[in-house]
Amino acid sequence: MVHNKKKVKIGWIIAVIVATFWLLVAFVPFMFMVLTGFKEKLEVIMGGALAFPKGFYLENYKTIITDVKFWVYFRNSVIVLLLSLLFLLLFSAFAAYPLSRFKFKGRNFIYMLVVASMSIPIHVTMIPVFQLAIKTHLYDTIWVLIPVAVAFALPISVFILTGFMEGIPRELEEAADIDGCGRYRRFFEVILPLSTPGLSTLAIYNGVNIWNEFIFAFTLTQSDGNRTLPLALWNYQGQYSSNTAMIMACLTLSVLPMIIMFAILQDKLVKGMMAGAVKG
Amino acid sequence: MKNKSMADRRSRDTAICAVVFLLPVLLLMAIFLFYPIVQTFINSFTQWNGISADKVFNGWSNWNKLVHDPKFWQAFLNNVKIMVLSLVIQMPIGILLATFLDTGGRKFNLYKIVWFLPLLMSSVAVGYLFRYFLATKDGIFTGLSKLFGGGAVDLLGNQKTALYAVILVICWQFIPFYMVYYMAGYSSISEDLYEAAAIDGATRSQYIRSIALPMLVPTIKSAIIMSVVGSLKYFDLVYVMTNGGPGTSTELMATYMYKNSFVTYNMGYGSAIAAGMFILITAIAALIMKVLNRGGDD
Repeated sequence: MVHNKKKVKIGWIIAVIVATFWLLVAFVPFMFMVLTGFKEKLEVIMGGALAFPKGFYLENYKTIITDVKFWVYFRNSVIVLLLSLLFLLLFSAFAAYPLSRFKFKGRNFIYMLVVASMSIPIHVTMIPVFQLAIKTHLYDTIWVLIPVAVAFALPISVFILTGFMEGIPRELEEAADIDGCGRYRRFFEVILPLSTPGLSTLAIYNGVNIWNEFIFAFTLTQSDGNRTLPLALWNYQGQYSSNTAMIMACLTLSVLPMIIMFAILQDKLVKGMMAGAVKG
Repeated sequence: MKNKSMADRRSRDTAICAVVFLLPVLLLMAIFLFYPIVQTFINSFTQWNGISADKVFNGWSNWNKLVHDPKFWQAFLNNVKIMVLSLVIQMPIGILLATFLDTGGRKFNLYKIVWFLPLLMSSVAVGYLFRYFLATKDGIFTGLSKLFGGGAVDLLGNQKTALYAVILVICWQFIPFYMVYYMAGYSSISEDLYEAAAIDGATRSQYIRSIALPMLVPTIKSAIIMSVVGSLKYFDLVYVMTNGGPGTSTELMATYMYKNSFVTYNMGYGSAIAAGMFILITAIAALIMKVLNRGGDD
């Protein structure tokens, strides 16, 4: 017994050592990014990647933060994020309601359609969506990014929310039924408020994805004034490609909003991701 | 009689109400998912630059070209390599990390936070970060190698190593995702089971091996499917990190499709690549699902 306990302890020590090694693997690239952002251009070339920054040089950050274009990208990202999330949550709740609580013909077919849509590769839709954007004169506006973001996030959101709403006790809805509430009022007054935990989970999971979306913003917009933050990286990279420190400062700034959100919502964020993960 | 007609009316009301609620979702999915897929297949039978109105139908010629296009098959092979290595590297490490956190509990919160970090970055940011991190001149490996008196290390510039360097970066980015995925799996296993096992004298590792892991099998299966589909449609990170190069050593189906469609504006052929991709991904995913489900019956 004592021998066994010792063995367990040694096993756990090895596990902690391996885990700490992985901590380094996950963290070193991050540290490289943040520290390099505080270096001067020449310092990177002379000192090499491993050196600690000599003084905390702030000009890189200053250059980006005082650049009007950066704030245009930022504003666009915020608008796209907020409007997309609003429509996404509303529409997925609309769809999850009958899918989780009504019996009607075609219910299973529609549900299967939603599930199957979760693994559609974006590229198979890209050219027609591009054509559609041009035909509707929405090409090169931020507005085109909103329905696209919503449409691609819908299948998984409807799927998760349907599962969530199935868990809301029927008695609550029946009580409202007896009170003479119609189905539409029941949705807005009973089901929607009770779904808040599920909705906030979805908001977090999809929020990260929409904030980081690249491929549609890249193909459906063209001018600087209509592009989002991931494209800002693309632009700065073109402009400062030989200035590693500048690029790293830019990357750090682009991740910063997510890190702040993570600091505030830590456990909720992990849980949100977990719910997003349970889609299989 | 009267009762029946009332029941009929009620079920008709239900159906109408369902349609009203489902309408926005069905419309959006029809416009942005289903219609484009059909249109892509139609476009794949045309010669078309995407800008001019004249689409010329050219029968099977794009498809014929696709089947005999060595670049496409090289890209497919690269996707398959990513798929296999992602499974081999990401799945076990993801499970190990999740198991560690599940066993260690709150004490290791700092580990959880740091391990989670890569998941917050966009693929574009990860791509650029590692482009510089692995760079020949100021990159980290060159720095390490110089420290020990070696020369420059060029992982991304070398045709032989570029794809593997890319795969390691992909793993860095997605291992936390699978970690979270398995954490979700673990959290759905009741603590009571562990307590019951502990009363019977089982150690934590015995519990993990004979109770928790077998219960994690459905989670592992769906993680495998997700990883396979994800690997086959990979784009952002590779596009910004290597743009398919050097040569075609890191070209993927999606980057090849993008270049044909939006760089050289050969949208007819681009559509054929996209449609081919769609068929291959669906077929492979269906095949793997079938194999996994058969394994479950034993």
